[in-house]
Amino acid sequence: MSDANQDSQQAAPKKKNKHDFSENNLPLNINLSWCKACNICIALCPQQIFEPDRDGRPIQTRPADCTQCTICWVHCPDFCITSTVK
Amino acid sequence: MATTEKQKSDVMLKYLRPQKSFPSVWCPGCGNGIVMGAFIRAVDKLGYTNDEVAMVSGIGCTSRMPVYLDFNSLHTAHGRALAFATGVKFAEPKMKVVVITGDGDALAIGGNHFIHACRRNIDITCILINNHTYGMTGGQGSPTTPADALSTTTPYGNVEKHFDPCDLAKSAGATYVARGTVYHYPQLEKIITAALEHKGFSLVEVIANCHTYYGRLNRKGDAPAMLEQFKENSITTGKAKNMEASELEGKFVIGKIHEDAVKSEFCDEYQKLVEVQKGK
Ligand SMILES: Cc1ncc(C[n+]2csc(CCOP(=O)(O)OP(=O)(O)O)c2C)c(N)n1
Ligand code: SF4
Ligand code: SF4
Ligand code: SF4
Ligand SMILES: [Mg+2]
Repeated sequence: MSDANQDSQQAAPKKKNKHDFSENNLPLNINLSWCKACNICIALCPQQIFEPDRDGRPIQTRPADCTQCTICWVHCPDFCITSTVK
Repeated sequence: MATTEKQKSDVMLKYLRPQKSFPSVWCPGCGNGIVMGAFIRAVDKLGYTNDEVAMVSGIGCTSRMPVYLDFNSLHTAHGRALAFATGVKFAEPKMKVVVITGDGDALAIGGNHFIHACRRNIDITCILINNHTYGMTGGQGSPTTPADALSTTTPYGNVEKHFDPCDLAKSAGATYVARGTVYHYPQLEKIITAALEHKGFSLVEVIANCHTYYGRLNRKGDAPAMLEQFKENSITTGKAKNMEASELEGKFVIGKIHEDAVKSEFCDEYQKLVEVQKGK
């Protein structure tokens, strides 16, 4: 894959994203006290928003790319994740 | 972490029992929680109040669900959920009666109740979480454990053939039958909604992960890995129509499988009989 191709792929979701998320304006509330560190949200997020903390719970390390696609919160078996905007 | 204001307004919290402590007893990543979420969002979308719904279950990991939900709840004996639910529906025909059951609960010990609830076409929605094993008791083989699969009671591989719960329900007389998986989310909520709206016996079979027992014994990996396998091994009803039985071996056919809007419902028929007898 060429560099130009990679650039355009990375730029695309950012341009499409109608939300303006940053570390001070996170896309999601995560109730870590209910989280069992199952890894489902981290593995399923198509934008790779999360990284696990040392206990395996999700940290929003790339919030800007979140498209609010719903995938993480509908698949969380413990209802930990809610949107900050929906 | 304290619950934020935004989370308090979340739809889930409207239906969780306030006096229960969370998270649930289910293993990390257990598919049961995903089904519970889909069920709650379907109920909320349909606008049912907590008091309009009765949730009935037997015994098993799956069957613990009503314990967490703030509906009229009945947690009964193993395999008997549909029998109790029949009584509830008969006494309170206006109540939305929902049975949540596992593959062992519904099809092994409760198999007879299952076929007769289908046959009567009583207006109950049955959500059957099929994790292909007895999760609660440690991974024994169930009537849906596939041939050759390992379980604690089939340590050299299962020599039995499995039930297809949807085929069984359809042949026994259920009038709405659909299958989903815990991976295919929007569809799961959609078929549960359709089942709740259907008048007559509706079955929603949900393919779910018990990675703790079935997954571990059969080397299927953790919860996210099993969700990925459900994605890879599922075929929509539309596509499956043009496929051979041999091609569908080991696949999950997902979507609406059967619907009959004509067959009369059990409580309605009984009410008619009452009116006729009164008029005599
Ligand atoms: C009369 C009776 N027999 C056996 C048991 C033991 N038992 C408890 S749960 C269960 C099987 C549950 O399997 P399933 O319905 O598939 O639920 P899961 O735990 O997989 O969700 C069995 C056999 C029981 N509780 N009562
Ligand atoms: S809403 Fe979608 S994009 Fe945003 S974190 Fe969740 S899964 Fe990722
Ligand atoms: S899906 Fe839910 S329980 Fe699992 S790691 Fe993510 S937040 Fe935690
Ligand atoms: S044993 Fe299996 S079915 Fe039971 S809670 Fe654990 S993962 Fe879920
Ligand atoms: Mg089971």
